[in-house]
Amino acid sequence: RFMDDLDPLPHAGHAAILRSQLGHARIVRLDPAPALAHPGVIGVLAGEDVVAMSRPFPAAAGSPHPYYAAAHLTARYAGEPLAVVVAKDRYIAEDALELIEVEYEPLPAVVEPEQGEVVSDRSFSYGDVEEAFASCDLVVRERFSFPRWTCCPLETYGVVADWDAVTGTLTAWANFQGPFTLHSVAAAALGLPGSRLRLITPPDSGGSFGIKAAVYVYIVLLGLASRKLGIPVRWTEDRLEHLAGSSASTARITDVEAAFTRQGELIGLRYDVIEDVGAYLRAPEPATLYRMHGSLTGAYRVRNVAARNRVVLTNRCPTALNRGFGGPQLYLALEGIMDIAARRLDLDPAELRRRNLVPSERFPYRTPTGALYDSGDYEACLDQALERARYEARRQEQRRARADGRLYGIGLACVVEPSISNMGYISLVETAQEREHSLPKSGNAEGATVSVSPLGGVTVRVGTTPQGQGHKTVCAQIVAEVLQIDPGEVEVVTELDTSTSAWTVASGNYSSRFSGVGAGAVYVAAQKVAAKVAAIRDHLGDQSLSLRRVAGIAHWHPDALPPGMEPGLYETAFCAAPNLAPPDEEDRVASSAAHGFIVDVAVVEVGRETGEVRVLDYVTVHDAGRLLNPLVAEGQIRGGFAHGAGAALFERLVYDEDGNLLTGTFMDYLCPTAPDLPPLSIEHRETPSPFTPLGAKGLGEGNTMSVPAALANAVADALGKDRVDIPFTPSRVWEAMQG
Amino acid sequence: MMAVEVTVNGRRYREVVEPRLLLSDFLRHRLGLTGTHVGCEHGVCGACTVLVDGVAVRSCLLFAVQADGLAITTVEGLAQNGRLTPLQEAFRAHHALQCGFCTPGILMAAFDLLSRGRPTREEIADMLSGHLCRCTGYEPIVAAIAEVAGS
Repeated sequence: RFMDDLDPLPHAGHAAILRSQLGHARIVRLDPAPALAHPGVIGVLAGEDVVAMSRPFPAAAGSPHPYYAAAHLTARYAGEPLAVVVAKDRYIAEDALELIEVEYEPLPAVVEPEQGEVVSDRSFSYGDVEEAFASCDLVVRERFSFPRWTCCPLETYGVVADWDAVTGTLTAWANFQGPFTLHSVAAAALGLPGSRLRLITPPDSGGSFGIKAAVYVYIVLLGLASRKLGIPVRWTEDRLEHLAGSSASTARITDVEAAFTRQGELIGLRYDVIEDVGAYLRAPEPATLYRMHGSLTGAYRVRNVAARNRVVLTNRCPTALNRGFGGPQLYLALEGIMDIAARRLDLDPAELRRRNLVPSERFPYRTPTGALYDSGDYEACLDQALERARYEARRQEQRRARADGRLYGIGLACVVEPSISNMGYISLVETAQEREHSLPKSGNAEGATVSVSPLGGVTVRVGTTPQGQGHKTVCAQIVAEVLQIDPGEVEVVTELDTSTSAWTVASGNYSSRFSGVGAGAVYVAAQKVAAKVAAIRDHLGDQSLSLRRVAGIAHWHPDALPPGMEPGLYETAFCAAPNLAPPDEEDRVASSAAHGFIVDVAVVEVGRETGEVRVLDYVTVHDAGRLLNPLVAEGQIRGGFAHGAGAALFERLVYDEDGNLLTGTFMDYLCPTAPDLPPLSIEHRETPSPFTPLGAKGLGEGNTMSVPAALANAVADALGKDRVDIPFTPSRVWEAMQG
Repeated sequence: MMAVEVTVNGRRYREVVEPRLLLSDFLRHRLGLTGTHVGCEHGVCGACTVLVDGVAVRSCLLFAVQADGLAITTVEGLAQNGRLTPLQEAFRAHHALQCGFCTPGILMAAFDLLSRGRPTREEIADMLSGHLCRCTGYEPIVAAIAEVAGS
């Protein structure tokens, strides 16, 4: 049952949201009176009310424009909420929206990241970058541009909000996905202690891929509507609202420079990044920019790296989590520059990579920027991918194809996939001196509860808010193994209720953290139950007692328990990933706990007449540590691939110069369909992580990181160019061919 | 307001509705059949697909009153006495659904397709081009339908 299927409260009013028609405008007048006069309308919450009733959402860095759940006086992006109408049903609420009189005074809009308003500008340097560039034999440089796109889930946002005026408590049902740091952000905006914002997630969520993290803004907006009108309020976002006003990936412009020796050793890297986070710096941004900070050197052992990170505001929808979260942007630039260097050095791109990979004997490997890569055998993974892709044969085919005048290209990407994010990496947006004055943040923890009912029924409750990643299947499997019962006997409850669940600020479904800490917490809780069961059997001297019998004793007959043992069988465990300290004084941070590795090989042909990119073959070899469930793992890889291929081939949120969204429907925003997606060959390696309880690493995002880079390299190779911008729609590729 | 009489999953309903009420909203909010999902309300994503007189249609592009006198099958009408259909079993076996939001619409369209013969994998992929799935990459869905089609 999904969010819109739930009807938790009787007599809820139905909300519709009035949104700015312009990308940047002064709101001269907003008059809800005609809407209020419409039959069936219960009330209106305007931006003015929002500003009066709430505080700006806090974020990790300062911003000149405070961010509220709705705009008052100035609208900064097309789609920004201006008012909420609550009515007897949604049809009436939408009728009434049209009756609200709004007078806009257009202001100049900024849509290009280069022209954006800088709200954070930090520079980092590790090792001796100047010396590396001074002493190298070759410097290559290029500018890469990653456009805005969205993993847009099939289910849109949904919220039911109920303000209790007597207790001053907001209860909200929402298809929120975490991280639950954002629960604190929402509570702060409402001026509530976290205990008075009760957030309950539905049993099922129709996909998210990061995008539903930003539902928290609407929890506040609808919560304020409920508070003002004194009734519960429900709202389900429509698709047009979703594309215009929910969330998106950042757009990023990366100027990258790389220093090489004649032998092809990468000895220095410089990044100059402009990160467009949209109209407001919305928590958890600028996390997209810092999530990969520990992995700025990717899979390579280069020790000298510098980065300048500028975060800019534009008149576009605020960004937040989106599958890959900084990885696609980083690897498009890093893997792209590797291919350019291979061309300049007259080396095969696979060989150049091989010469620079972190060697297997160096694990655990500390990157210059602070990540601790847990385990891997990168070169073996590369070999396996090359073999599976018949790399040498493909290169020969390429020579023949080129001789025939065909545009045939091969692209590689070697990608380290971080998972289980350090909640402290975002504090890198502050300098070390600034950080001294704030609460240090670190780690990533998850909670789980395993309980056995008086009749022996086993329930596990997790805080990982899945949206189809198979958490239920894997949790049942883990608990069943530990308790030696059938997985079918384990009930898995995935609704998170902040008032009753075991959760942490890090809870939720992001940074591919389930297989590490989520499953880890379930495993530890199940072990606690197993230990208690064993202790009861020992105490009673009967190893043959069934789980049901032991549970019966624990609940109904505490007198028989070992002295000092608590009654019942209800164990909660929290599992924290190790090695996730706050950033140090030199700005090094272990931004993630586990690091998988992926090598992709893409083979493409570009139509000379049409610019159409046809993917002839795509191979991905994964090492995500121990695989908890092969079927679920393959599902994650295929899904991550589909998103990466979508971003590379079709998907882009396009704005015109006035900030109007031109891709506001599914007719214009092109999600790949079944015939659009290339065939995919998947192979696995398993190098267990020493840092997670089950040896597993995340694997849900890696291909979203690798596929745009591999396809971009393949298309550039086909066209004999250093860079061709994604997405590779035929018209764009055709234009690149003419240029 | 207009009277509408429809048969949904074999059961007759007589309701009085506004002429502008979408069939998708009628099914979900008037009849409580929330298995039919709404993903775009402009006819692209296919999540709201139901069978009307045996033919797959987008319930978000029809008004409830247009279904007057017709027989509708929704995803709730597939499983009989708690037993999944072979197609649903194949979806489970092939891990052809992750979040499950697009699944009801795809199941209904697949039933329509399978009722017309034994589609090839290409024909299955063509049919699926009318449905968006953001989780699976489609391959397992094609495999599940192909298994039932024997292709």
